[in-house]
Amino acid sequence: MLDDRYTLAYKLYPYARHADQDADAPVRHPVVVLGGGPIGIATAVDLAQQNIPVVVLDDHEGVGMGSRAICFAKRTLEISDRYGAAKPMVDKGVVWNIGKVFHKDGQVFDFNLLPEEGHEFPAFINLQQPYFESFLIERAYELQKQGAPIQIRGKNRVDAVTVHDDHATLEVMTPEGPYTLETDWLIGCDGASSPLRTMLGHEFTGQVFKDSFLIADIKMINTNFPTERWFWFEPSHGSGASTLLHKQPDDVWRVDFQIGWDIDRKEEMKEENIRRRLDAFLGDDVEYEMVWSSIYTFQCKHMDSFRHGRVIFAGDAAHQVSPFGARGANSGMQDADNLGWKLGMVINGQAPESLLDSYNSERLQGAAENILNSTRSTDFITPKSEMSHVLRNAVLELSGHYEFARPLVNSGRLSVPCVYDGSPLNSADALIDGPARTRPGAPCPDAPLADGFLLSKLGGQFTLLAINCEVPEALTESGVTTTVLSLKSADDKTGALAERYLGDAASAVYLIRPDQHVAARREHYDENLFRTALKRAIGKE
Amino acid sequence: MADLILTPNIASGDDFYEELISAHDGLSKEDSDAYNARLLLILANHIGDREALSAAIKAAKRQS
Ligand SMILES: Cc1cc2nc3c(=O)[nH]c(=O)nc-3n(C[C@H](O)[C@H](O)[C@H](O)COP(=O)(O)OP(=O)(O)OC[C@H]3O[C@@H](n4cnc5c(N)ncnc54)[C@H](O)[C@@H]3O)c2cc1C
Repeated sequence: MLDDRYTLAYKLYPYARHADQDADAPVRHPVVVLGGGPIGIATAVDLAQQNIPVVVLDDHEGVGMGSRAICFAKRTLEISDRYGAAKPMVDKGVVWNIGKVFHKDGQVFDFNLLPEEGHEFPAFINLQQPYFESFLIERAYELQKQGAPIQIRGKNRVDAVTVHDDHATLEVMTPEGPYTLETDWLIGCDGASSPLRTMLGHEFTGQVFKDSFLIADIKMINTNFPTERWFWFEPSHGSGASTLLHKQPDDVWRVDFQIGWDIDRKEEMKEENIRRRLDAFLGDDVEYEMVWSSIYTFQCKHMDSFRHGRVIFAGDAAHQVSPFGARGANSGMQDADNLGWKLGMVINGQAPESLLDSYNSERLQGAAENILNSTRSTDFITPKSEMSHVLRNAVLELSGHYEFARPLVNSGRLSVPCVYDGSPLNSADALIDGPARTRPGAPCPDAPLADGFLLSKLGGQFTLLAINCEVPEALTESGVTTTVLSLKSADDKTGALAERYLGDAASAVYLIRPDQHVAARREHYDENLFRTALKRAIGKE
Repeated sequence: MADLILTPNIASGDDFYEELISAHDGLSKEDSDAYNARLLLILANHIGDREALSAAIKAAKRQS
């Protein structure tokens, strides 16, 4: 039996029999990615771009209906750009900057996010998850056409896994029966309820929140709602303890009602009951069509370790957060970004296997940060005790009158990438007057150059970025060659590069990792020191 | 003597708010109220400035 567990929006990788199914002995692959959700596909694209053969197994034949994630942050777009998939996302996505906060009857305040200028990508876009996933899958097929070794096998459900010291064996079920596969590396991207995690008996610990949320994605008819984010605390229409209204492409709005823990799911999901809430919220004169609805509860949990020998977990399988702050898919994309180059170098024999332990420590740090932020938002939106509720409402009341209280209002914090402070791959900061935001461990912020943007020039390999100083044409250490990007003040018409990378220093040299995080920086080039830094960044120090 | 500061003045607000809320963990409503009163008096003493304190007492009276 291989029934779909959810309805498809787009059938993008229909089942097709593969020669592996007819092989006499199990075929061994370098990498199998278990799960073709956004994180599995992103990881596979990363590897394929490095020419590492990768097979994705998914138990469905495409992208699931309904938009879970809608907010995709700048860093996700930058990573997707490295994967060659960001342009259609931005073209389709909706950009917003104005948010409004309401409490009970009235608006308390509004805000403009005023994103920093000089970045190729917006602070974030709203885009339905099925589109986001489709653009990544389209990119995977484009790579395949160009000869990249990437396969996606639909209706291939992994039912059992045996882990050995240097490989794993998978029992795969298809509509035409089972077959066995072997893989040197197995990447578990099989979602929050990860069957792989369960099969291998790994724990997933954290906090379960006792609340349910009803999502209704609706298409407005003849109504011009503004492209803004509206958040209600304790709305007087009573259709939810909190309500979020947010625009998506195709004239679709996301309405998200907090409806409590003790509910009758079946009753609540009836269209007439959803419409009752929507009408109370929107007013009777607003016409809309229902596009998708769902009830979700959530938990903030993570695995103690994302790496177990040859099995590595990424995305929701490794860590799950509440939807407030949009950190699920956004943090999973940072997993792919972090894992891709490390696994590639290990497979190519350029780095020791222990480099992958830094994936574990860096992304555990990222997960902890995301869980902390999303837990705080959740505690603010759904106060756990009477006093917590009193204080929350005091913040809301004060924020209507006094600016100081506004930063304390927490209806979800923007997802920002983790700075890997303290990572074993970092070299000590040696740019004394350099800006803190580009310290070792930090993701490189974008900056406009005379011909395009900085990040698009830092793609996929180690780079030496020199600003106002001499560097050699390349640096090769332990078989790894960096590219060199040498910039002068003349390339920096807006001054953003100097502000973000020099601070008060006159010059700087940065060693930048393939995932665009800073590994080392100092004021001048020094061959020995940068050799050591590069060795450290590939786990050889 | 300083004016009462009513613009954002706490460096990492989310951190502070979490610490404040968790100070109430496990307390009954009565104990929480008493805790708030103690906290308020400690903070007032730290501020010291009589005019700022009067301005704060007034500012908190405003109802939405
Ligand atoms: C209501 C809601 C709102 C959200 N909003 C946001 C947001 O605004 N921004 C954001 O960044 N994130 C958001 N998220 C989170 C986001 O949806 C997830 O983080 C994201 O989908 C995780 O991707 P993934 O690839 O790790 O897992 P999934 O998307 O769950 O993919 C797992 C895949 O593995 C497959 N699979 C499972 N078991 C097997 C098996 N045995 N064999 C083969 N295949 C298998 C599944 O079919 C699926 O295709 C939201 C989530 C919810 C519920």
